[in-house]
Amino acid sequence: MTKFRYIQLLLVSFLLAAYAHGAEENFAFDDEKKRALFIELGNELRCPKCQNQNVADSNAVVAKDMTLKIYELVQQGHSKEQVIDYMKLRYGDFVHYKPPLTVVTLWLWLLPLIFIMAGALFMFFLGKKKDVEVDQEQLRKANEWLNDK
Amino acid sequence: MKKVAVFALPLGVFLLAAVFLWRGLYSNPAERRSSLIDKPLPNFNLVDVMNESIRYTPESLLGDVNLINVWGTWCQTCAVELPFLTKLKEQGVGVVGLYHELDDDPSFGIKPITNIREEVAVMLNNLGNPYKFNMLDVNRAYSFDLGVTGAPETFLIDKKGYVRLHHIGDLNQRVWQSKFARLYNELEAE
Repeated sequence: MTKFRYIQLLLVSFLLAAYAHGAEENFAFDDEKKRALFIELGNELRCPKCQNQNVADSNAVVAKDMTLKIYELVQQGHSKEQVIDYMKLRYGDFVHYKPPLTVVTLWLWLLPLIFIMAGALFMFFLGKKKDVEVDQEQLRKANEWLNDK
Repeated sequence: MKKVAVFALPLGVFLLAAVFLWRGLYSNPAERRSSLIDKPLPNFNLVDVMNESIRYTPESLLGDVNLINVWGTWCQTCAVELPFLTKLKEQGVGVVGLYHELDDDPSFGIKPITNIREEVAVMLNNLGNPYKFNMLDVNRAYSFDLGVTGAPETFLIDKKGYVRLHHIGDLNQRVWQSKFARLYNELEAE
């Protein structure tokens, strides 16, 4: 192996190590499934302090505390739903990016549907009114010109 | 009829959007309803900041209307809030401190308790001491159960130990008047 090649390899391995470290910080897992769940939850739960970041992205103290708690709960073998319920109990529905279906949130799904329906109806009626009134005299003239050619 | 619709429909849509956006201008995105409202305080067993042989549980709060104020010496807004809380205390409002333990970075463990005690004593001496007592929230575990996102935050607890109000941010004259005073007086009269 040439010296240059060696340095290249070294650099790449450093980068990879830094990347892996950044992704998992110091949360060690024996079970790959648990690791995946931990990462999934970190992405799906919302930081209550910096509201447009998920827990994994946020550096707020409360997000760090939540990350630790998620780690703890996942390590203890709790399911995804259990962890989400645990957080919701404390920080409300707000904390999960997927809102539950309630009377208030129903509109999130209904409104787009209503818009599409209204648009379709509008187009339907617009299409119906296309029969333009034709002047018989003009029609006769037009035919005459066409037939002359 | 058709002309009216052509005029009224866009106007209606515009007005709806305008009202929605107008409200958005003055709404506080940090405002969120605590899931604890009208529920009893989650259980706790915490030591006094100044003396670890004294312990507090929810029973320690029963019989009085109390404010639980989440604070820390590291928190600037709390320092701003202390004189007002002290004024409330002088008016007879019970204020209990929940000390939000925090080092510069939570990843680096905790500050020695002796340092915390020193800082607490100095700060309360300088800015006023509104607290009946201060509970030490080790690792912010109880704050987590309360759904606290940071300091300062304040909870209004009724005589039976139920959470009645949650406020994120500092407590000042304006917030007290608009949000707390009426409910506080009602609960006090119960």
